Amino acid sequence: MSPRLGDVGANLALYEEQLRAARDLCADLVVFPELSLTGYFLKDMVSTVALRLDSPEISRLRELSRQTALVAGLVEETPDFKFYNSAVYFEAGEIRHVHRKVYLPTYGLFDEGRYFARGDRIRSFPSKFGQLALLICEDLWHPSTIYLAALDHAVAVLCPSSSPLRGISDGFPQDDNARYWESLNRTYAQTFSLFIAYANRVGFEDGVGFWGGSEIIDPSGRTLAKAQYYERDLIVAEVNLKRARQRRVVSPMLRDEDIDLTINELMRIRERLRPGAAEPAPRALKRAAPAARRGSR
Amino acid sequence: MTAAIPKQTPAGVTANSLTPPRIPTNALLLRRILTAFIRDEVRKVGIERVVVGLSGGVDSSVSALLAAEALGAGNVLGIELPYKTSSAESLAHAEAVAAVGGFDTLQIEITAQIDAYFERFPDADNMRRGNKMARERMTILYDHSARWQALVLGTSNKTELLLGYGTLHGDMASALNPIGDLYKAQVWALAAEIGVPAAVVGKQPSADLWVGQTDEAELGFSYAEVDALLYAMVDLRYSHDELCAAGFAAPFVARVSDMVRRSQFKRRLPVIAKVSNRTIDRDFRYARDWGR
Repeated sequence: MSPRLGDVGANLALYEEQLRAARDLCADLVVFPELSLTGYFLKDMVSTVALRLDSPEISRLRELSRQTALVAGLVEETPDFKFYNSAVYFEAGEIRHVHRKVYLPTYGLFDEGRYFARGDRIRSFPSKFGQLALLICEDLWHPSTIYLAALDHAVAVLCPSSSPLRGISDGFPQDDNARYWESLNRTYAQTFSLFIAYANRVGFEDGVGFWGGSEIIDPSGRTLAKAQYYERDLIVAEVNLKRARQRRVVSPMLRDEDIDLTINELMRIRERLRPGAAEPAPRALKRAAPAARRGSR
Repeated sequence: MTAAIPKQTPAGVTANSLTPPRIPTNALLLRRILTAFIRDEVRKVGIERVVVGLSGGVDSSVSALLAAEALGAGNVLGIELPYKTSSAESLAHAEAVAAVGGFDTLQIEITAQIDAYFERFPDADNMRRGNKMARERMTILYDHSARWQALVLGTSNKTELLLGYGTLHGDMASALNPIGDLYKAQVWALAAEIGVPAAVVGKQPSADLWVGQTDEAELGFSYAEVDALLYAMVDLRYSHDELCAAGFAAPFVARVSDMVRRSQFKRRLPVIAKVSNRTIDRDFRYARDWGR
């Protein structure tokens, strides 16, 4: 879909239209793109389009989810007035899970760290379809997020995205960013033996286009459904999460994952990355330093 | 134990490499993206039409043909704005492009107003005259955009925008520009793909400001040379040393870097003195597409 920038009412109407179309195709779960209820390059509009989870718009989405489960992409305002780039999972008239984007790109054309608070957790959650996880766009460029989701028992990752088209190479029907994403999705699906439903938006905002190309990938890396590039599209695939079993029987890498090894090595690396860690006795030096500074004032 | 870490170099750079990176063109993909851009950005303003200044050159030809494909020929008006010294060939080429795109043209000669103005300032040099003509043309395009409820389509490419080789509030002005992120080499490739007549694609680029003028003679280097340099410098972020290692002459690198730096003002809004807590575009920040 192609949301209208900063117009939640218009985009909620688009949601309803898409949900009707999806129901006609017998879809049980619809994943909308990142920030598709608001548009992406919001800048100073973030606070004006933000929704509290008890707002009427959210109630409407809860109602809509009685028929079809859905993932909405929106700006979430918390009771203590923080604004998150969130994906909300609605099922059977209830909010079942909220994921707040952890990795907020703030480089190049991106400015998310300027406007959003940063999420601090990766959790899978139960749904009527099985154990799911939500990760938003840039989250997936950090392999730790999907690693954690997989270890937390997710069998499918739903990824709402607003990925801009950029980079042209010869001989391809899509831009470089699209191709990078497609290889990520397949690699992750195979590596972690899970399904990936990737929902990317289309349209332009101030000349920045979004490449569309949403896709559903099975745990063997096979493409179950693929949307058009650069055009609005709605794709449907029949997904049986139990199919992940087959893949995990054949390739039991997740079973063999050594969490203690990972934790130990991460703690060691964190210690090494600590400022001043190259010093022979970092803790002692750290304690001594403030005293020295006090003395010199 | 410490593993040997190889010295980091950007993608495409190898030690002692003498081959500059090649600019990708992928005209098929560019055509698809840019027509979608025009359709989306024009219609979300609640408008169906564009006007475009047709010079008979490759940049305005590509922009106009992309617009005709995106919006339909009936929604594009090409306006030819010759001065008395403009070449007849330019007008013929503009007409040939309009014939390919199937859109209408309008010819408005600017000689009378330009000459009337410079009667008072007869000592004005070529630069002043050229700038005045470029701005005169743009006021006419904007007038016709209001008359026809259209947007003004920009026709400046990335090479000239980076070099500052254009007139601020003249040919650099527009409501939207489909080719502003395309180097001249990419414009040429797209021109061939989209059906710009070979005579237009093949001719020497010229602002047609005076008889016999060509861009490359005025700039002192070819588009092929400077495109390759700018692509490596701007898009791939090669350092000065890496550019030289890739075979670009140090004085050429220095001169082009300087042109890019000195023309930065042309690519920015006017400087606003900050006094409030929220100053336009600095901390009062919204997209142009706000609410669209």
